[in-house]
Amino acid sequence: MTMEPRSFQLFPDSASNFAPSVDGLYTYMVVISAFFSLLVAFLIVFFAIKYRKRPGQGVPAPINDHSIGSMILEIAWSVIPLGLSLVMFAWGASIMFTESRPPKDSLNIYVTGKRWMWKIQHLEGAREINELHVPVNRDIRLTMTSEDVIHDFYVPAFRTKADVLPGRYTTEWFRPTKVGDYHIFCAEYCGTKHSGMIGWVHVMTAEDYDKWLAQGSGEGSMAEEGESLFRQLGCANCHVKDGHGRAPNLYGAFGMKVDLADGSSVRFDEAYTRESILYPQAKIVAGYDRIMPTFHGLISDEGMLKLIEYIKSLGDPNGTIQEKDLQSEPSNIQKTGTMMPDQSEMPKAPAAKTPAAPRAAASTTPTGTQQ
Amino acid sequence: MITAPPPVKVTKNYLNEKTGLKSWLLTSDHKRIAVLYLIVVTAFFALGGVFAGLIRLELATPAGDLFESNTYNKVFTMHGILMVFFFLIPSIPATLGNFLIPMMIGAKDLAFPRINLLSWYIYMTGGVFTLYVLLTGGVDTGWTFYTPFSSSYSNGYVVAAGLGIFINGFSAILTGLNFIVTIHRMRAPGLTWFRLPLFVWAHYATSAIMILGTPVIAVTLFLLVLERGLHIGFFDPAYGGDPVLFQHLFWFYSHPAVYIMILPSMGVISEVISTFSSKKPFGYTFIAFSSIAIAVFGFLVWGHHLFVAGQSIYAGLVFSVLSYVVAIPSAIKVFNWAATMYKGQVRMETPMLYAIGFIGLFTVGGLTGIVLASLGMDVHLTDTYFVIAHFHYVMVGGALLGYMSGLHFWWPKMFGRMYSDVWSKVSAVLVFAGFNLTFFPQFLLGYMGMPRRYHVYPPEFQVFNVLSSAGASVLGVGLLLPAIYLTWSLKYGELAPPNPWGATGLEWQTQSPPISENFEVTPVVTTEAYDYSTVQEVVHIG
Repeated sequence: MTMEPRSFQLFPDSASNFAPSVDGLYTYMVVISAFFSLLVAFLIVFFAIKYRKRPGQGVPAPINDHSIGSMILEIAWSVIPLGLSLVMFAWGASIMFTESRPPKDSLNIYVTGKRWMWKIQHLEGAREINELHVPVNRDIRLTMTSEDVIHDFYVPAFRTKADVLPGRYTTEWFRPTKVGDYHIFCAEYCGTKHSGMIGWVHVMTAEDYDKWLAQGSGEGSMAEEGESLFRQLGCANCHVKDGHGRAPNLYGAFGMKVDLADGSSVRFDEAYTRESILYPQAKIVAGYDRIMPTFHGLISDEGMLKLIEYIKSLGDPNGTIQEKDLQSEPSNIQKTGTMMPDQSEMPKAPAAKTPAAPRAAASTTPTGTQQ
Repeated sequence: MITAPPPVKVTKNYLNEKTGLKSWLLTSDHKRIAVLYLIVVTAFFALGGVFAGLIRLELATPAGDLFESNTYNKVFTMHGILMVFFFLIPSIPATLGNFLIPMMIGAKDLAFPRINLLSWYIYMTGGVFTLYVLLTGGVDTGWTFYTPFSSSYSNGYVVAAGLGIFINGFSAILTGLNFIVTIHRMRAPGLTWFRLPLFVWAHYATSAIMILGTPVIAVTLFLLVLERGLHIGFFDPAYGGDPVLFQHLFWFYSHPAVYIMILPSMGVISEVISTFSSKKPFGYTFIAFSSIAIAVFGFLVWGHHLFVAGQSIYAGLVFSVLSYVVAIPSAIKVFNWAATMYKGQVRMETPMLYAIGFIGLFTVGGLTGIVLASLGMDVHLTDTYFVIAHFHYVMVGGALLGYMSGLHFWWPKMFGRMYSDVWSKVSAVLVFAGFNLTFFPQFLLGYMGMPRRYHVYPPEFQVFNVLSSAGASVLGVGLLLPAIYLTWSLKYGELAPPNPWGATGLEWQTQSPPISENFEVTPVVTTEAYDYSTVQEVVHIG
């Protein structure tokens, strides 16, 4: 692609918000490590020369308490390294805490790993393989899953990676800080063409990114495709939004707490959605019957992501739609035109059992895919 | 060879007392079993080394021009399986430990001599399975066997490879059991716990890990075989399993297994540094208890292999801080070894050269381990060549150099012959230089972001890869030399006196090689360990 081969670089490109802090920690650790390595090397070489056995030297002295042990030294060389390394611990932990919490207004992009390619899907509908176009200086959140084995989405220039697991959703976020093209590597061994499961992140200016998006793929947005899948699979027959269907209402449900028949509760997130579609009997929403059939084997991983995005579009996952918004239609739904047929019966009251209910349909129950 | 006494005649000893293949294959003498292990372990090491050479040959260029990807994957998998399970884990305990523990504690044999022979046969059986895998087409899962790749997707001989390791594990369990009972029950009169050589302490800690940890890998691989063979779901989400569960179980054993590999080496280094400084190890009790501390804390850090695997960040925090704690006992050892040389009478014989090489490389290996233990750092570095470099500094720079040091140290005792002084020192220097040239560039490659297990790589990584491959050829020569001069010494080497190095320890107070019963009379210990003021006389008796 566009990268020039460069030799004798000691640091990869520094192109994300994490890169400077990771490089700073690395420098601290290299200095500490170099100091102790050289200290030990110096002591050993120095002692080896200074105390070398000389000809005619007599029998070694009997055991002498002063040179075979020292409590003060033992404590010193336990406590000082421990102290220095706890700094590394705390520093590294604080970086990872940042890495593990994507900002709420991140741009969501979906990634599906498959031997041996990366399939990327943008909310607006654009799809790419082994390439990821992102705007610079914008928080990007990847929601990732695998169709087969474990992969790992690694961008050295961003100093971040995360495993991509089958049957689960993991996330990874970053804020690209420099326009350019950077390697994507699969970092978890995945079989024959593991080293071919590579690609490029293209970090673009906001204007270029918008232009790129506008070219589009000719397909609908993820939520739109998810909606048609929702109809094709017959979901809409039961999951009606007036709350009187045989299945829980999904409007405004995503991101909320769901009360289950067994008295426990669960957060309505990607993993719960997936589980409820593939294994409907696993968790039953309070007040509904076990009537939902499994869709195991009927939905691809990408189809699943579209369904999730559609369900998300029915209400905001990050809880930004609070009660004050209840009267207004979320803009993303208007934009994508995702309207249920019975739109005329749109919400009159928030859901009774759902705390901080979004502009939900006239549901009297908590939400869930389960019937 | 510091003291070259006038030629001594070869006396009756464990090697020549009985002859014939049967006398070897049915022996219950711990020294002969140690020699049996030595032969097979060396063969597996050579085989694993050939695979290492093939890896470095392929990676000299960015393109995949030597093998197909599948073949390359099988090559690094066989390298890992052979080196970890069939070389590093048994290397020191089964050869030097087997030979020396009874001698160091003044016993005639291990507590269960026939079980000792049984462990060798179990090891051989596991080895046969592994060779079968190798000859029939190989396995491409990596030595880590991560699911669901290994259980549902790999085309290799996963079941046979898993069974080979499963079987092999029982050999380690039995060896560990044998050592623990022997050390508890068979010490010579007067040999209290704190008079034991540090080599014995290290093996005691190692044995505890072998007994407690190995069953877990056995169970894990058995579950893997069940899932692959019978589609019973444990790990593959398609059968309702959890792929990360495998990683937890695998590393619950395989992280402590790192200490199975390094602790015996640390025991060797404690003996060698002390002997060639003619001084009691500095902080004897701290070194002894640090082995125990490593064995205990080593069981609590497995999750640091899973920081990016989907593990909770809070679990990651705990595993990260514990990983720093487990590093401290190793630091204590390194500082104590250096301090042992202080005011000693330091002699730079071959075992000492290897031991000093060990300290240098192990220090770098340990320090880069604490780099990886840092959460935010590990996110960038895990699964890159930084990890490869780190664990080769520990496993090769540490475990292998310790083994080489010990082999050179006790070779005269085991076989009654001295080896070439010059060539052995050349070998020690070549191994140290070649090792650093091979693996230091890999730290840089790792930070640059080159992932591990890549058959083909982007061209900007080539320079460091070429350096690494060049280093590997130097390392290869350095390791080939001992095979030649040690074998040569068996027939042509000078006869060794009982105590050629002026060492303390009961094993040096009997002839070289020892008689089958080890000692003419059971020794009685009346002095503290490592009292070199009494040793010189022993040297001159030889």
